[in-house]
Amino acid sequence: MTTRTVPTTPDLVRAALAGRRFNLVDSLLAGALLLSLLSSLLVLITLLADTVRTALPVFADRGMDFVTSSLSADPAKAGVLQGILGSLALTGFVLMIGFPLGVSAAIYLEEYATDNGFTRFITANVRNLAGVPSVVYGILGLALFVNLLGGLTNGRTVVSGGLTLTVLVLPIMIITTSEALRAVPGTVREASFGVGATKWETIRHHVLPIALPTILTGTVLTVARAFGESAPLLLAGALVTNFFQPSADASVVQLITDERYTALPLVVFNWARQPQEEFVQLTAAAVVVLLVLLLSVNATTILLRDRFEMKALR
Amino acid sequence: MRRTFLGAAVFSVAISVAIIVSLIGEAGSFLDKIDFSQFFADGWFPRRGRFQVMALIAHSAIITGVAVVLAVPLGIGSAIYLSEYARSGTRRLLKPALEVLAGVPSVVLGVFALNFITPQLVKRMFSTAETSNLLAAGLGVGILIVPLVASISEDAMRAVPDSLRQAAYGLGAKPWHVSLRVVVPAALSGIVAAIILAVSRAIGETMVVALAAGNAGILSVNPLEGGITLTGAIAALAIGSDQVAGDNAAFQSLFFIGLLLFVMTFVLNIISERVVRRYRQRY
Repeated sequence: MTTRTVPTTPDLVRAALAGRRFNLVDSLLAGALLLSLLSSLLVLITLLADTVRTALPVFADRGMDFVTSSLSADPAKAGVLQGILGSLALTGFVLMIGFPLGVSAAIYLEEYATDNGFTRFITANVRNLAGVPSVVYGILGLALFVNLLGGLTNGRTVVSGGLTLTVLVLPIMIITTSEALRAVPGTVREASFGVGATKWETIRHHVLPIALPTILTGTVLTVARAFGESAPLLLAGALVTNFFQPSADASVVQLITDERYTALPLVVFNWARQPQEEFVQLTAAAVVVLLVLLLSVNATTILLRDRFEMKALR
Repeated sequence: MRRTFLGAAVFSVAISVAIIVSLIGEAGSFLDKIDFSQFFADGWFPRRGRFQVMALIAHSAIITGVAVVLAVPLGIGSAIYLSEYARSGTRRLLKPALEVLAGVPSVVLGVFALNFITPQLVKRMFSTAETSNLLAAGLGVGILIVPLVASISEDAMRAVPDSLRQAAYGLGAKPWHVSLRVVVPAALSGIVAAIILAVSRAIGETMVVALAAGNAGILSVNPLEGGITLTGAIAALAIGSDQVAGDNAAFQSLFFIGLLLFVMTFVLNIISERVVRRYRQRY
């Protein structure tokens, strides 16, 4: 796709030809279009404002205690700690497995593959996988990771959930990385081959460093998606209950491989379904925690990207 | 190195195969157990052995309809504004805001639909509305897909070369003429693809629907009443999946609905790609 290279041209032409004369149809249309854009943003602002307003009493009464407490059926004690830890562990899986796998697949498709039927099949397949509803990946996770490979994953554990989310985000990871690699000009590769570099050296030392900031941006979006994802986890074994406690002497490794888990979005989901009035506030408070964490994940990766961009320039 | 990378790429094909295999086996045994006429009568109560799939499809269709009616005008309007009218400063401000909306997790919109849209909007306008209703769920899903429609349509409009706009202005066209009669038709394939993808996304959306549309298994075409959808049925079965296991029909119905969803979205995605390839204007 080409983008507009000189964005000012239409403005100049428009100004010169249309002048400053008032045109009713034009103004009405521009106003209507702006209104459609602003109304989506109004929804966003309403959503944020309403959530914060509802959540405020919880944070005012309990402060950080809400973030550091475990799940409980008692609204006065319930907190989101287990959800946060579960979500972080799941995101770790996505980063550790999904990122290298996605980048590798994209490198193959963009740098090594020739344009033949097989490559086109894989590319089409990846695009279709990206459009499969997330809940269907949940069914895959249930059938494959929880039941079939239950001996390896111990059934309903973070391992199953993490692998399910990894499979879910892999196509998006491949697509965004492919786009980043495609944006690296061919002249870079030609120059590298010209001074005698091998294919791998060219990719390793020239193509990847240039594409890295864009790849990381794609990773931000993907990780954020995994962090907020809940439908597949309903099936892949995450708990949707008001109370669960891992055995007291479990080590960190055991917590991940043996024990049941939940995730922050599922805590939100569970609380939203509770009939008691107090849980409305708790739900809003959990949403605030979820959104704050999402924004900080995004901000961290953007900072990382800026650092890499500086490095690439030096 | 080449082999390693090839392996990673082939892995993506393995995922597709795994999805299809895991769905088809259990879906097949479900179909074996169930009398086909059940699909059209008696409601959706899997634990009582009643599987009216038509009810699920009808509820999904209503929610998708509401979502598309809301999201398509808003999304395309936003796209035209961002691509044709906004100055670069305005664009830099408004586009990220739209991207923030795109990044809001669906469960958050589900809570919003349940705790805000239903009491503050739907119940105020229609006093007969139930607490769980298809309309609120549809509006929630619609909000979720606005950024999708907007970003794909905007990409398509920005890909229309400037020479077309300049030629139109040169012939004396007004700005509204240029955007609606030149740019939009030239970008139509991308816009149609955006709408189809939005439909596919709306059908597959789970959390908003699971929270706001309720679990009523009786077929209802009134958007003010609640009703369980395809994705909602999967979620409902999953929450109780500790009790439902093994080879009973309720558990296997989950795989059958999954297969239905997979096929529907797959076909929609293929159609949208065909539309882009077939009707794209080359410049």
